[in-house]
Amino acid sequence: VTTTAPADCRIAFADALVALAEADPRIVAVANDSIGSSNLKAFKARFPDRLVNVGIAEQNLVGVSAGLASAGRIPFTCGASCFLTGRALEQIKADIAYSRHNVKLCGMSSGLAYGELGPTHHSIEDLAWTRAVAGMTVIVPADPAETAGAVRAAAAMDGPVFLRISRMPVPPVHSPGDAFVIGRARRLRSGDDVTIVAAGVMVARALDAADRLAADGISAAVLNLSTIRPIDREAIAEAARRGPIVTVEEHTVHGGLGSAVAEVVVTAHPVRMRLLGVPGVFAPTGSAEFLFEHFGLTPEGIRLAARALVHGEG
Amino acid sequence: VQHEIHALHKNAPRVEALAARARRIRAASLRMVHAARLGHPGGDLSAADILAVLFGHVLRIDRANPTDPSRDRFILSKGHASAALYAALKEAGFLSAADLATFMQPLSQLNGHPDRNKVPGVEANTGPLGHGLPIAVGAALAGRMDGATWRTFVLTGDGELQEGSNWEAIMAAAHFGLEHLTVIVDRNGLQQGDATERTVALEPLAAKWRAFGWSVVEVDGHDIGELLATLTGVPLETGRPTCVIARTVKGRGVSFIENRADWHHRVPSDAELAAALRELGEEAS
Repeated sequence: VTTTAPADCRIAFADALVALAEADPRIVAVANDSIGSSNLKAFKARFPDRLVNVGIAEQNLVGVSAGLASAGRIPFTCGASCFLTGRALEQIKADIAYSRHNVKLCGMSSGLAYGELGPTHHSIEDLAWTRAVAGMTVIVPADPAETAGAVRAAAAMDGPVFLRISRMPVPPVHSPGDAFVIGRARRLRSGDDVTIVAAGVMVARALDAADRLAADGISAAVLNLSTIRPIDREAIAEAARRGPIVTVEEHTVHGGLGSAVAEVVVTAHPVRMRLLGVPGVFAPTGSAEFLFEHFGLTPEGIRLAARALVHGEG
Repeated sequence: VQHEIHALHKNAPRVEALAARARRIRAASLRMVHAARLGHPGGDLSAADILAVLFGHVLRIDRANPTDPSRDRFILSKGHASAALYAALKEAGFLSAADLATFMQPLSQLNGHPDRNKVPGVEANTGPLGHGLPIAVGAALAGRMDGATWRTFVLTGDGELQEGSNWEAIMAAAHFGLEHLTVIVDRNGLQQGDATERTVALEPLAAKWRAFGWSVVEVDGHDIGELLATLTGVPLETGRPTCVIARTVKGRGVSFIENRADWHHRVPSDAELAAALRELGEEAS
């Protein structure tokens, strides 16, 4: 059933995970007392013996997941992204990635979603951290359908994955039947003057910005870069050959999606870029939506950045 | 008592064979560290008897099928004692003498800390401390989900227990009642810089493990017979994981290395190696 109403990607995540677990007994869920916030209640009800709650202990969360994988399980390891990645980064590096364990790390409520709770709970470094680690696949789904596709693709591949799942409701941005493939960026809008590259909750805002730019007479393409690593070099190079690039991320601009795109652009086809995101600061107090406004991570903010870039003011 | 004496007597040839194996592990570790000009000989020597007993008798593992799903798992959490682990794997037929000669050489499979993807018989990529026990808890949980009877053994250092991740895993293992999990603490009393008790004290260590819900036994970590009896007798109680606190001497077996913190990662000179091998009676091995 297709709907245009915004929805929380955690619902699609949980539904996809339960469906996969029905078919594959190797799949287990591991959580750090986050069964509610990771939306694992249905999984727990259906598979009580396949959900491991290690309590509030993220280092153990990730180490236990490596051990489960070492004995043939496929753990989907869930926790608030700020704690999962920040608290357990050495375990992610050594126990999961370097050890090449088949663990799917699911960073929930990522980015600025926790708003008023403050910078301790914002997860705006997780992409930089995880994509720096060799062997990691890093995926940021943009809508519920892509979330479900990413869960299935992560389960189907043998190797460590970081899945970044938002709690902010997002409208569908993909047409039904448009299948998610790891490592393939999806062009959601064609355009000749500028390309907006985004991921996660920023994709719907990028599409809105493209509509506004059309009213300005600017033809903007929108690329959904849902796989940050391995990155789709060809799609980015192709965009660069057509014109300048604006990147938009719910993340610090140091080391995340914008940096990843820039690494390709400078080696494949240098063009001018604008990197929108959190500019290397801890966010002030405010709701998530307030913070998006504050940092210009809005359709209007994207429009202004793209227009300046096209007019040579970038 | 008569029964125990009889059992001990019957065990004597096995104990002697394992003691000889431990001497060879010590000698091989020192040779490897000497050749590589790098390593952790103090911790290699304190763990040698434990490794000899585990790999020589306790672990149900098969060098012809090192990834058999029903094998016992051994995780060296104190991954810096890699030379001793590799020497024990050589004794168990997983590695050759020629393999040991490549220790830490460029492109060798034998890194300074073990890599499960390169070395058969290695179960975890340890090195950063406090990682082995959480991984072992996950392995033991998977075994329990399958209703399997294979066991998971972990060897930790003692200074390593200052890492908080261990205590997360210790709490969880007791909560989950992982009776097929056994941790052996190489309680040699020294960490890199000083005595554990002068750094951040661990005692009363047995009481800590008991308070966290584990069955605890303290043994002489250099008494092969005692290690054999203990490690073949786990779990000590049904429904609880087992902690074996093995009282050891860092550098055990070589007089001038024993109980000296600087031998944590000191490298023996040619003369020191020769003297050490003489003390071990392994000059020709």
